[in-house]
Amino acid sequence: MAFSPEVLIVLGPLVAAAIAGLLQRYIGDKIAMAVTTASVGLSLALSLPIFADFVWGEGHERVIELFRFIDVAGFTSIWSVRIDALSAVMLVVVNTVSFLVHVYSIGYMAEDPHKARFFSYLSFFTFSMLALVTANDFLQLFFGWEGVGVASYLLIGFWYHKRSANDAAIKAFVNNRVGDFGFALGIMAAFMAYGSIQYDAVFAAAAANPGMMFDFVLFQAPVVETVAFLLFIGAMGKSAQFFLHVWLPDAMEGPTPVSALIHAATMVTAGVFMVARCGDLFELAPYAAGFVTIIGATTALFAATVGLAQNDIKRVVAYSTCSQLGYMFFAAGVGAYGAAMFHLFTHAFFKALLFLGAGSVIVGLHHEQDMRNMGGVRKPMKLTWAMMLIGTLALIGIGIPGTQIGLAGFFSKDAAIESAWAAGEAGRLGAQYAFWCGVIAALLTSFYSWRLMFMTFEGRFRGAHHAEHSPGHGQEGHEEEASPAAHAEAHGHGAAHASGAAPAHESPPVMTGPLLILAVGAIFAGVLFAPYFIGDRSAEFWRGAIAVAETSHAAEGAEHGTVAPAHGEAPTAVAEAAHGEAAEPAAHHPPMWVLWAPVVVTIVGFLFAVIFYLWNTSAARAMARGPVWAFLYNKWYFDEIYDFFLVKGARALGDLFWKVGDRRLIDGLGPDGVAATSRFFSGLLRRVQTGFVYHYSFIMLIAAVAFGAYAIYAGMGAGQ
Amino acid sequence: MEITLAHYLFVAAALFTIGAFGIFANAKNVIIILMSIELILLSVNINLVAFSAFLQNLEGQVFAMLVLTVAAAEAAVGLAILVTYFRNRGGIAVEDINQMRG
Amino acid sequence: MLAAIAFYVLAAIAIVSAFAVIAARNPVHSVLFLILTFFTSAGLFVLLGAEFLAMLLVVVYVGAVAVLFLFVVMMLDVDFAELKQGFLSYMPIGALIAVALLAELLLVSSAATSADGAPIALRPDGSADVTNAEAIGRVLYTDYLLVFQLAGLVLFVAMVGAIVLTLRHRPGVKKQDIAAQVGRRRSEAVELKDVRPGQGLG
Repeated sequence: MAFSPEVLIVLGPLVAAAIAGLLQRYIGDKIAMAVTTASVGLSLALSLPIFADFVWGEGHERVIELFRFIDVAGFTSIWSVRIDALSAVMLVVVNTVSFLVHVYSIGYMAEDPHKARFFSYLSFFTFSMLALVTANDFLQLFFGWEGVGVASYLLIGFWYHKRSANDAAIKAFVNNRVGDFGFALGIMAAFMAYGSIQYDAVFAAAAANPGMMFDFVLFQAPVVETVAFLLFIGAMGKSAQFFLHVWLPDAMEGPTPVSALIHAATMVTAGVFMVARCGDLFELAPYAAGFVTIIGATTALFAATVGLAQNDIKRVVAYSTCSQLGYMFFAAGVGAYGAAMFHLFTHAFFKALLFLGAGSVIVGLHHEQDMRNMGGVRKPMKLTWAMMLIGTLALIGIGIPGTQIGLAGFFSKDAAIESAWAAGEAGRLGAQYAFWCGVIAALLTSFYSWRLMFMTFEGRFRGAHHAEHSPGHGQEGHEEEASPAAHAEAHGHGAAHASGAAPAHESPPVMTGPLLILAVGAIFAGVLFAPYFIGDRSAEFWRGAIAVAETSHAAEGAEHGTVAPAHGEAPTAVAEAAHGEAAEPAAHHPPMWVLWAPVVVTIVGFLFAVIFYLWNTSAARAMARGPVWAFLYNKWYFDEIYDFFLVKGARALGDLFWKVGDRRLIDGLGPDGVAATSRFFSGLLRRVQTGFVYHYSFIMLIAAVAFGAYAIYAGMGAGQ
Repeated sequence: MEITLAHYLFVAAALFTIGAFGIFANAKNVIIILMSIELILLSVNINLVAFSAFLQNLEGQVFAMLVLTVAAAEAAVGLAILVTYFRNRGGIAVEDINQMRG
Repeated sequence: MLAAIAFYVLAAIAIVSAFAVIAARNPVHSVLFLILTFFTSAGLFVLLGAEFLAMLLVVVYVGAVAVLFLFVVMMLDVDFAELKQGFLSYMPIGALIAVALLAELLLVSSAATSADGAPIALRPDGSADVTNAEAIGRVLYTDYLLVFQLAGLVLFVAMVGAIVLTLRHRPGVKKQDIAAQVGRRRSEAVELKDVRPGQGLG
């Protein structure tokens, strides 16, 4: 049991991280890289059979308990590895992308002196993420949650000499922390209400007590709604949803492989995973689910609007990630957990592809990240261009509705949008809003994706033809160069200049290999796995691992397929309800226009991009000077607003407490005040001691007279 | 008009008051203070002797003698102090004698 | 009758001269008025039948203490001009206190009535046919012997204290050192000189 494959999957990367991190001095960089990459590769190799078991086999759900972590007064947390369809999906996603990123980084970080530390962090991150997805209770989930946050901090601030990287790392961590606060409150609320933090126990208790209320001082609140809402706050922070999104663009300070792994495929999807895992709770909490929907939809639209105005290639992809996460969340919010997970699955492939491809471009152009200085990169970097094209097509969801022809994003994104429409028809909170946001965001997605492609690869090179022979390693960005330096001097850039192409060179195979593998996934993952995630075979696949809402495609699948034994009461009840209702035809078969809408807007976006960035680029430049563009470019001024209200507000509050509260009130009334008052009065009293004896005798005389007067007065009353 | 005890007591009271008044009404001359003290002691003596005559008891007069003794001793020492002070400071203005002030 | 007049006269002079003591500008005048107060008080004592005490008052108070005051006043070279101010600074409150004090004392003393409410009359000393001096002597050396000795000690201490305070060793004043004189040795005192007849020591 101790070395069963599941345990190896989770703990292998941890061991590798420790080896690479602590023993680097003795084993050297090459071995450190090899150990970590091999460990993640092993995890991947062991995960694939598990996933296959769920897809094509019978799907053996199991929970392997490792050790008792905490067992105090009813609060029990046992370190486990839980295998069911949901965690199997995540295992494949995490391990695949992590492995490919490890391989890619061998090339990308070749010149970096701190390679071993980098790989150690990557493996540590992998371990945390795996612990998160294989958790069987909220505490382990939270552990993994925090672990990936730490890894994100370490990796964003990997080039710690850069002030901006440090700031970004702190911003990411603090922002996460805000979400984590809500998350922790949610866990505590669940424990308080239901007496346990094990998934099964909590979900069962929630289903059994739907009307339970929390008694606060002034009002009451339903338990399920509160817990779900608080848990979602954590997801908002982790997955960079609207309001807590400000850290994601700054996280691009980290090396590109980090962005690909953490901020595209895995860490930011932890929020979606958590919502899917707790789907049973959200199905019982319509307001919380509605909140999820609205936030997700708003994020999808918001991020898309900001992404189309950015000039840094990585930022465009980052906002694209943010937007796609919004899709996943609103799909989950309307109850289409299968669609949400499917989009997570496909998105991991094509977004990692886009990030790694962008990294390839950046390195090829000697660390130029500003798209305004790019152009004409297609010719020297054909492979990268092809890969990015595939990624773009997958992202915008090119496909023919009603058929099984399409790239990965077509299936998953359209599934999300259709679920939103169906849920809107069924009256689910916020679903109609989500539908329209999804459609408009699809238009914008297409626009900015093609904008990126045209600005980067087409046209004439616009950048400075600076010398590429400068030495130096380390940071990405505009300061130093960390390219695979072996290739830096070996290309004839003179010819490139003449033809308008960029002075770039293709990346080495160790970097393009992962791109190819991801491209395969981006093309085929959709058509291959759609039936299992959201289609006919979904009930067999999921086997109750995720909740099923009446209006989702999974319910449709549940109708047609066999219903597998589920865990807990609620999903079965809901599935039965889906059966029993003979669900409305409208919910399961959206009208044609709903199916075609995403494709149509995608083409419209493509046309706009062609107009502005291929034919009439001066119009684009004019547009970029307008005030609306500035608003979008400055991310709707969120950073400025937060800085003004939160940062300055906190400082003002702190100043208030310090200067007024502490110094004036507490110190003033306390030590300083008492001392000053003592001094004041003693200063007054001191003057009685004049030093003149006759003053003293005078006082004595006055006192004597007074006493005498009193005695006479008293005597007069008593005597005569 | 018969002279009663009260008359003598009145005299003593008046002398006492004048002496007390003299102590603090005097800022410029320490000798006046010493003389005021002698006045106070004199008034006490008158009181004692008057009561001794009234109570037909000689203890009052004995006590008055002792008070006399003490008054003389105190005058001597007080003046010695005054002389020393004058030697050191060159003046006897009471206003200047405030070095013990707080 | 005569006694009453004598009393009023003496009392009035005593009070007035007491006030003059503190009100006089010239300290020598103050001392002289003090002497007058003492004399009149001695007179009052005589009226009370305590003639020994009256003599004591004159001899000790006037003859010793007041003379001492006079010595010191004369000795200290004080500027009279600046002595004039300062008297009035405490006048208001001081007068108030003084009046209050006087009122209290009068209130108390006028209430000193006998048990049956009649004013107290002063009876001259008629219990025995001894003089005041002898009567005091009888009591002093028997019942109050220790107190008497203590009084002597007090005087002694005062004397020592006064000397300690004021004695100054002036340089150049020749004094005898008895111990040195007695301890003189022949070797220091006598010197043999061989003198030729007809010539002096030279």
